[in-house]
Amino acid sequence: MMNRQVSRLALAALLLMIALIVATTYWQTWAQAGLADRQDNEIQRVAKFTIKRGLIYAGDGKTVLAANRAKRVGNQTLYFRRYPQGKLAPHVVGYSTQSRSQAGIERSLDDYLTGSNANLNTVLTTTLDRLKGATVKGNNVYLTIDPQAQRLANEALAGKCGAAVALDTSTGKVLVLASSPTYNENLVERSFRLIRRITAPCKPPAPLLDRATQGLYQPGSTFKVVTASAALDTGRYKPDSTFFDPGYCTEYGRKISNAGNPETGPEVFGHVNFTTALEHSINAVFCNIGKAIGAGTILDYAKRFGFYSRPPLETPLNERAASGLYRRGKLFDPSNPATQVDPGRLAFGQERLLVTPLQMAMVAASVANGGVVMRPYVVEKIVSHGGTTVQRTHPDRLGRAIKPQTARELTTMMEAVVTGGTGTAAQIPGVKVAGKTGTAETGVANVYTAWFISFAPADHPKVAVAVVVENGGFGGKSAAPIAKTLMQAILHRS
Amino acid sequence: MRPRNRELLFLIVVGVLTGVGFASVYIARSHVVSTASLTYAGFFLLLYVAAHVVTRLTVPNADPYLLPIAGLLTAIGLTEIYRLNPDDAFRQGLWIVIAVALFAAVAFVLRHDYRRLESYKYLFGLTAIGLLVLPALPGLGTTVNGARLWVHFGPLQFQPGELAKIALIVFLAAYLREKREMLAQFRLKDIGPLLVIWGGAMLVLVETNDLGSALLYFGIFLAMLYVATGRGAYVMTGAVLFLVGSYGAYRSISHVRDRVTIWLHPWTVHKVYCPISGKPALRQDCQSYQLVKSLYSIGNGHFGGTGLGRGTFETTSGHPLIPYLNTDFIYSAIAQELGLIGAAALLLVYMLFVARGFRIALLADDGFSKLAAAGLTFGFALQTFIIVGGILRLIPLTGITLPFVSYGGSSVVANFVLLAGLLLISNRASPTR
Repeated sequence: MMNRQVSRLALAALLLMIALIVATTYWQTWAQAGLADRQDNEIQRVAKFTIKRGLIYAGDGKTVLAANRAKRVGNQTLYFRRYPQGKLAPHVVGYSTQSRSQAGIERSLDDYLTGSNANLNTVLTTTLDRLKGATVKGNNVYLTIDPQAQRLANEALAGKCGAAVALDTSTGKVLVLASSPTYNENLVERSFRLIRRITAPCKPPAPLLDRATQGLYQPGSTFKVVTASAALDTGRYKPDSTFFDPGYCTEYGRKISNAGNPETGPEVFGHVNFTTALEHSINAVFCNIGKAIGAGTILDYAKRFGFYSRPPLETPLNERAASGLYRRGKLFDPSNPATQVDPGRLAFGQERLLVTPLQMAMVAASVANGGVVMRPYVVEKIVSHGGTTVQRTHPDRLGRAIKPQTARELTTMMEAVVTGGTGTAAQIPGVKVAGKTGTAETGVANVYTAWFISFAPADHPKVAVAVVVENGGFGGKSAAPIAKTLMQAILHRS
Repeated sequence: MRPRNRELLFLIVVGVLTGVGFASVYIARSHVVSTASLTYAGFFLLLYVAAHVVTRLTVPNADPYLLPIAGLLTAIGLTEIYRLNPDDAFRQGLWIVIAVALFAAVAFVLRHDYRRLESYKYLFGLTAIGLLVLPALPGLGTTVNGARLWVHFGPLQFQPGELAKIALIVFLAAYLREKREMLAQFRLKDIGPLLVIWGGAMLVLVETNDLGSALLYFGIFLAMLYVATGRGAYVMTGAVLFLVGSYGAYRSISHVRDRVTIWLHPWTVHKVYCPISGKPALRQDCQSYQLVKSLYSIGNGHFGGTGLGRGTFETTSGHPLIPYLNTDFIYSAIAQELGLIGAAALLLVYMLFVARGFRIALLADDGFSKLAAAGLTFGFALQTFIIVGGILRLIPLTGITLPFVSYGGSSVVANFVLLAGLLLISNRASPTR
């Protein structure tokens, strides 16, 4: 009696339970990864903060640039970032906030800093920590930034808009990477309003922008170093090749005048040699050289120095820009430079050229390094929480830009710029300095971008520097002293 | 081994498991909870030994598995509640004491012959209706999360629906036992009672705004009608009627429509109108927030779970992540901390309870006992399915409790009464008697 129905009902009830087991299995296995990847998955976000991120140290191995602030939430200890050095190098270090917005090394090396990189040693320790229920600790990152020099750069750039980059010439190590206006990383989280309120003599102030690696500026006469490299390296010219400068250069039937002061008009130098032309930054001479060797050759040499590719720094890819010709906001690599590019203007760094300070520092460093371009790097080493080195950066050649002979000749020519030319403000007593000034037209009347690229000591190079000051007037006046300060500080220590 | 000795043995196993559970919560959260937490396990064991003594005295031949299973489920619930909120666990402990007292009372009063309840069937029917109507009374009922399921008596909160369910089952068992031959002919005029109950379920739906309760009562009714008559046609007709009614509710009641939308499309890519804030928002940040966060919690459990006390239920700023975690969503908390292994084990324990319940129905030798046992067991299974299935997005989500596990006084009390009923039936049906 009724037992047949009871059995069937029992079967139905058990099937309902089985459906629940199947559905649970679905969510915890097949759908699990998809759920974990969801943007609004707060649990995954919280999980990120249970990891004690690795510290970020400056190049002296002592100055802590990024540390942790522990906070008890419920039954867990969560770790949030704090930046003890405030605005020392925010554009390199970046930030990592509670809302998980990240920038700089904090973003690009997030895997190492959270101990989730695939390195065997790291995987082993983090897995063990997880099993033990201990706090997972990330790897510590040691940067190459020289904290004292970086501080000097910030002080020198204070109140201006611009950037300064210093590279170790033989290794490519980044010693200074300063961008002004700078900001305090701690404020990104605490009060972003204050960052938005930062003012500077440029519009927009954009303090978050890393002007050293993302800032695109007309290189002006600093580009003459690249043109001179091409002129010498191709064997077409010697440092003592002679030219006649009438004060202008004729291109497409029109006169392009030399730079000069507005009252006396463009300067006229008459008979000069190549060294003097660089020393006094004579546009007309470079214009004629450009016409003679062609835009294609100049661009080829620019590429050898690293133009047209984003400098391979460890910071996030979108925080670095490639230098080169730009058209409608995009990098423009002409397929037929002879017809598409004005060689004369290109030769003295106008045309549509836009470069980053980092790229120009690389040009100076390569000349100093006998023509070999070194890969710039800002991460010295990554060390596990236990003290084992997980990864160490070894200096790496990107390639040869110019012959050693060309580099030597160019060095001598650039020395002349500092000893008796436009860059005398960069002279350091007892040290030979090689440099090149730049005063680039911005397209706005009387607004110039001031440049100085240099390296020292010229006879035995150690450090190369690029400084750019927006609306800075004459490069030899506003940028060169900053370069001098940085070189002096770095040489003094080594 | 005699049934009661077997029961004691299993209770000791459950007691040990409870101790382990509380100990692991203690280890994981030693900075929040004290060693006093371990006294919970001891207290719990004592309580169940008391319940065991009651069964020895009243239902010596009853099924030996049901009480330990109920004990295990309550222990899992209490451990998880304790881990989430120690204060709630204290209150839940008190409710369990009350529930065990009521369990003892029911067992004592009905130990000789529970079948005399049959003669009070209409009283039970009226009680069920009365209890169901309570939340609708102004001044008494409260709306929680859009559904009117609660009653307030001063500081006491009560969900009368839980007890109404049992009263309804007793009424239906008695009524159907009497009318089953007649109903089995499936004549047109016999559809009458079906329509009446259907109408009742729809009223419940409209009154409470809660699809889950309506489904539960109507599902129990159809199952018992089927057991009584053996007519699949009733089930078909009933199911069609219910679907029609639900569709009507879907069209006319915005709360029900909301629930269905959340169920079908919890995530949106673009912002949609959010009825809570009145502004456009992603649905996962608005109406389906709770469901979605609970799914993340379940997903985070993966195979092995985070471990008791190690799950994440708070945001980085310390705010609770899932509202009603203790009651409606306790399953997603357990699934996160115990993982697939633990959650599947929990569901298997439910299956075991259901299997033992139906075994009692099969062994019972009179119609009333059979119908009552089948009804109580199926109601238990269906309630589990409705809440867990809602959490797992098998069906639209409704806020009812997970039997024995969820935090909530009415639920615990009702389920212990249900347990007493099953044990009484089992004692009578036992082949050893």
